[in-house]
Amino acid sequence: MTKEAHAIEPNAGGHGHAAHGGASHGSLQSYLIGFGLSVVLTAVPFWLVMTGAIADKQVTALIVLVLAAVQIVVHMVYFLHMNTRSENGWTMMAMIFTVIMVVIGLTGSLWVMHHLNVNMMPLHDMSQMP
Amino acid sequence: MSVAIITTQDSEPVFHVIDEHDHPEGASTMLGFWIYLMSDCLIFAMLFATYGVLGGNYAAGPAPKDLFDLKLVALNTTMLLLSSITYGFAMLTMEKSRIGATQAWLAITGLFGLAFLGIELTEFAHMIHEGATPQRSAFLSSFFTLVGTHGLHVTFGLLWLVTLMVQTARFGLTEANRRRLMCLSMFWHFLDVVWIGVFTFVYLLGMLR
Repeated sequence: MTKEAHAIEPNAGGHGHAAHGGASHGSLQSYLIGFGLSVVLTAVPFWLVMTGAIADKQVTALIVLVLAAVQIVVHMVYFLHMNTRSENGWTMMAMIFTVIMVVIGLTGSLWVMHHLNVNMMPLHDMSQMP
Repeated sequence: MSVAIITTQDSEPVFHVIDEHDHPEGASTMLGFWIYLMSDCLIFAMLFATYGVLGGNYAAGPAPKDLFDLKLVALNTTMLLLSSITYGFAMLTMEKSRIGATQAWLAITGLFGLAFLGIELTEFAHMIHEGATPQRSAFLSSFFTLVGTHGLHVTFGLLWLVTLMVQTARFGLTEANRRRLMCLSMFWHFLDVVWIGVFTFVYLLGMLR
């Protein structure tokens, strides 16, 4: 890697280790698609909750959660330019690891603490306990 | 650089560089920054888990329905989403080396970020004025910790944005400045991703509780 190489082509370099070699860039089109999808995916859940269009709250909550998950993916792809190729796949690896940790941490906490709440609530008649 | 020579039968010697080759400055910055973002993601995940566990403990105090104004949250979400797309435009103009346009888009991004913070602080001030302070209940403690941490990230993002605008104004769109702007781009979009979780998990689901 020489200075000359930088001067000629700042975004490319030998050994696949150039400063920007790993990161992919977006285009105007991809940003606009991402923005359009985000607007829809934000507006719909707000509209659902604010108007109460669906009477069943559990169904509304489920739809809102699914839309949020889709929007997170949209942001990852169109704004953060996530793909399996950047940095030879290491960004994707780091993200997969993080997602696994987050899922274990979140569901684990909620699950354990929910059961703790259910079983520790003073609903039982304590006088019957040995 | 040391070189190992492997001589194969009746053929030319083959040379291998056994030392690690040079890495240009900043070659690993983007991956390193991405890993930082992932660790930040874990912080937020744990704050979300805390909120998920404590979010229903109102201690006979105000509940989400008494406190949250979804119109204000929708406005706030719009501000952050707009700041995300304007930062994207700043990146696109940066690639074309149009320094003036880049600075202008960065400034617009900063204004949207500032609007977001202003609205959020107004909301917090309103809540605290009504007695819904972090000390009131476990729900409010976890709420202020989660949303406050996000707001703090946006604040530092804004400071960083101003710093980079000054840097760009003084030194131009140099290789280092481009790299820094790309890091901030990732940081800024990441904060928008976290906000999706906040408005869904805290505000929308809170109103449905």
